[in-house]
Formats: sequence, structure tokens, C-alpha cells
Amino acid sequence: MSEPLPTPVRKGGVAGWLRRNLFGNPASAVATVLLGAALAWAVPRALHWTLTGAVFRADEAACRALGHHAACWGFVAEKHRLILFGRYPYEEQWRPLVATALVLAMLVATAFPRLWRRWILSAWAVVLAVFLFLMGGGALGLSRVDPGEWGGLPLTVLLTAVAMTASIPLGVLLALGRRSTLPLARTLASTYVELVRGVPLITVLFVASFVFPLILPQGLPLSGLARICIAMTLFEAAYLAEVVRGGLQALPRGQYEAAASLGLGYWQTQRRVILPQALVLVIPSFVNSLLSTFMDTSLVTVVSMYDLTGSLRLALGDPRWRGFFLEGYLFVAGIYFVSCLALSRYSQWLERRLGGWARRTREARA
Amino acid sequence: MSVQTEPIIRLRGVSKSFGRFQALRDVDLDVGRGERIVICGPSGSGKSTLIRCINRLEEHDAGTVVVDGVELTEDLRAIDKIRREVGMVFQQFNLFPHLTVLENVALAPHTVLKLPLAEAEKRAMQQLERVRIGDQAAKHPGQLSGGQQQRVAIARALCMQPRIMLFDEPTSALDPEMVKEVLDVMLELARAGMTMVVVTHEMGFARSVAERVLFMDAGRIVEQAPPAEFFAAPKSERTRDFLAKVLPR
Repeated sequence: MSEPLPTPVRKGGVAGWLRRNLFGNPASAVATVLLGAALAWAVPRALHWTLTGAVFRADEAACRALGHHAACWGFVAEKHRLILFGRYPYEEQWRPLVATALVLAMLVATAFPRLWRRWILSAWAVVLAVFLFLMGGGALGLSRVDPGEWGGLPLTVLLTAVAMTASIPLGVLLALGRRSTLPLARTLASTYVELVRGVPLITVLFVASFVFPLILPQGLPLSGLARICIAMTLFEAAYLAEVVRGGLQALPRGQYEAAASLGLGYWQTQRRVILPQALVLVIPSFVNSLLSTFMDTSLVTVVSMYDLTGSLRLALGDPRWRGFFLEGYLFVAGIYFVSCLALSRYSQWLERRLGGWARRTREARA
Repeated sequence: MSVQTEPIIRLRGVSKSFGRFQALRDVDLDVGRGERIVICGPSGSGKSTLIRCINRLEEHDAGTVVVDGVELTEDLRAIDKIRREVGMVFQQFNLFPHLTVLENVALAPHTVLKLPLAEAEKRAMQQLERVRIGDQAAKHPGQLSGGQQQRVAIARALCMQPRIMLFDEPTSALDPEMVKEVLDVMLELARAGMTMVVVTHEMGFARSVAERVLFMDAGRIVEQAPPAEFFAAPKSERTRDFLAKVLPR
């Protein structure tokens, strides 16, 4: 028996593309058919569940009638302000909205290397002060709102922004400390990193909110929110430190020697020669750490703070809407997903923007 | 004036060990102002360690190193002062890959000497022209050939206007056809009267430029003589063996 010759394949056209890419060989044909069948089954159902069959009005009866065979976005429609702003007084919610928008705008500005100047630190201080004032009020005709009532997106954004931006410089310092020639700096940095990495974040948060108030001097009025911000910063810095250290170790000794032979001091060498190379090398794992910082903010619910996921749980507590948690979680997951996707795309852009020299070097070698 | 006759580099009884390996054993060396010295010897003989002790990239264990009247000790200010006066060129170039060629050369004048950026770049451009690579100023080091990179490295060291230039096997990592362009630049530097200490196996360079050739083996200076004498009538057995290996027949 002789194998039949393969049918002549037309190069162009849809049919040609399909044949080449989806039915190239028996295994790929089987995979195509199986995956196709799975998609044919799943896509219409998913569309029906999320869109065509879904109820978008906050109509409880209509939602119950669906029997969970389609989404009830009515729950999100009715509760979105509770999910986004937590227990913040309803009629004052323009304040967290503006405050959050400010911090987000500042995050976006900070993303541009062109703006990495000294004044951006002052800008951050101003934005954080305005954020705290808008949220807390108590002056200029704004009513006072206790930090215990802050929640939802503003809390998530604040924790993320502070923990990310403050842990970066601290992480860099710790990494430099671990590689320092000064025994004291090395011991301190290593001990710190190993201690913090050996403790779960939840424990750190518990200690920050319940133990610290007992041992802090009375005269030091650190709010619960400030303690949590500091705790998260200190925690994430330990992880970032190890990421940065990996980048530092990847650089050849000749870079240090060349800088030394030119008379550059320790900090000049780090700032001009070593860190610009090391940090670009570690952008991918750096962003990994920053993404988990963002996710970790949801753990603050264990110390009774209602971030985005926490305030969703508040919303789900309403007996009228009990049972629509899937819609609620999808809504919140969507916010997390879009933010993470944006950060991840940004990191790729940043790698190209700052790592152009590395790419050109690779191309020249090839 | 007595200052003129005083050596610009003076090593007395310098020793250095790496763990149990002794790289330098009780080395004495005087280098006069404007003098050009070539150091050769088999690998592991301590020649790189010797010149790296002159700008304290290596810390010597014993003896004294005095450069331009300043003794190198743990005093950081002395080390800073010496490093500004001593330029160094490495076997692997060690250019900063994330900076352009111009930025590489202007970095130290700007950050160490605190020159305004425009002035530092002007000075850098002059040095790049001097090593005939001004047209590559905007590129990154990775885009240049080895010979071009090494010339940039020389310009970078010269931009600090050093009194002494140290070369640590500057042509050993180069393809043969690029060796000449680097040696030519070094030759011009020698004609301009720079004090140079060069570790190299380029015996042609030693013959035409050096006033003294040193042969090192096992951490000691075995023999030193003007090149004519050194190549024609080497005194020690070890030197003859070595020369037989490196000199073209």
C-alpha cells in the first residue's frame, strides 16, 4: 500500500492558512477539532451568561428568575458604589473619587522615565497630603471621615501606591547593603531580609495593627492605616531587595573596576554605572514583585480594613442580593486584571525604552 | 630641580597574596616622569596585579606604593586623588554598555571633576577625535568593534587628564587586524610624553616605544633592561625561554 500524495497546498487564501496552521499534521488536526468543539460548546454559553441572557437592571425579582443560568449584573449596578468606596459616607463619595484619580494620575506620571527627577518626590508628598485631606476632611468645610470608614478602591490604590513606590528605594538600599564591604551594613541588611522573608504577610499585618500600638510610645500617633502602609512597604522591600541583588550580581566586576579607576566614588558608581544596568536587567522579576504587592493589598481585610475585595464582601452581606457573589467577584477581578495587564504592558514598554542599549548590543553580536 | 628626578611611581617591597597564592613577592620599582615601561611575563606572573596595585584596584599586603608623592594607604582621600591622576585601560575594555560612547567618556569629568555637562562633553569629544573615533560618539559601545571599543576606553581614561596611564593587556582580547589601530593610538600617546606602564606581549610595541622592559615571573621582577639590550642579550634562563615563545621566528 502506498501513501497517497498530500493534496497540493495553495499558498495563499484562508483555506491555505487553515491547512498550514490548523491541520498541518494528524496531531494538530485532532487538537484543532477538539479545541474547536470545546469552543463551540463554551463560547455561546459564556456569551449568553455574561451578555445576552443577563439582567443589567437592579431588578431583584428578574435576577432571581434567572436561577443563576445567566449573570445578574443588577447586583453590581446597585452595589457598585459600596464595592468601590466601601463604607465611606454615600453623599461624600466624590472625595474618594477625586483622591483616587489624583493618585492614579501621579502613578501614571511616575511611569515615565523622563519625569524621574528630584521634584517628583515632592509631587508625591503633595499628592499624598491632598489624598489624606480629601479622604479625612475635618477642615475647609469638608466633614470629618474616620479612616476606619475608608475603603474600597481608594484604599487599594493608596496601599499599592505607597507600598510600591516606597519599597523600591528601600529594596535597592537593602540590596546594596547585602553586597556592601562594610560588615555592619551587610549583617543588618541580610538579617532584615531573612527575617522578613521568613514571616507571612498576614502575620506582619497582625503585628502592625494589634501589637505595634501596644509597644509604640504614646506620643506617636500613627493611625492604623499608616501602620499598615509601613508594614506593607517594609515587607515588600525585602522581596525587592533580593530581586535587585540578582541584577547586581549579574554585572561583571570590570564595571566596578572601570568606575573605580576613573575616580568615581561608591554612590556615584552605583547611581551612574551599576544600578542603571542592574535594574533594567531585573525589570521582569521586579514587575512580578510589584504585581504581588498589588494583590497582597487584599489581605488587609484580616485586620478589618475594607479594600476592594473587603468592601465587595460587605456588599455581598446584603440578604436581598445574597447568592450573586460570582458577578461581584468577576467585577472586582476585572478591575484587578485590567490594572495588572496595564502594569505588565508598561513594563514591556519600559524594558524597550531603558534597555535599548542591551538590544542593540545583542543585535550587533548576532 | 630635584622634583624632576624624583620617580612618579615608587614601589618598595610590595607583596600581595590571594589566599595561599602569592602574586607579588617583595617587588621594588621606580618609574620616572614621562618614562614608558613595558612589563611582560607568563600568565600568573603577577604583572596585572603589579599595575593594579598602582591605582589600588588591588590592595597590597606589605611594602609601600607612592604615586606622585602620595602614599597609597587606607586613606580614601589619597586613593581618590591617585585615581584622578592615573588612567587605566583594561583587557576587556569595560566600557559602560548603557551609555553612549560620548557619555562613557564624559561621565567621569562631569561627576568626579564636577565640570558642567556641556564642558565635559566638549572635552570628551576632543579625546574621541584624538583617538579618531569622533564619528561614533552617539553609538552605544555594543555597536562598535573591539578595536574601536578599546580606543574609546583610552579616550575615557585620557579625558580625566591623567599624568600616568596604565595598560593591562590592552590588545589581548582583540582580533589580530584590530591590534594595530590600538597600538597606533598608544604610540602617539607615548610620543606626546605620557608616563605609561604597559602590560603586553606585543614585543614590537616594546621595542619601538619602551625605555625599559621588565620581565616578571612568579611574582618577582626577574630582569629589566632597555629594549635593545633586553631582546638582544637576555640574562636569565627564564627570560630566554619566554622570549623564545613570544617572539616571531
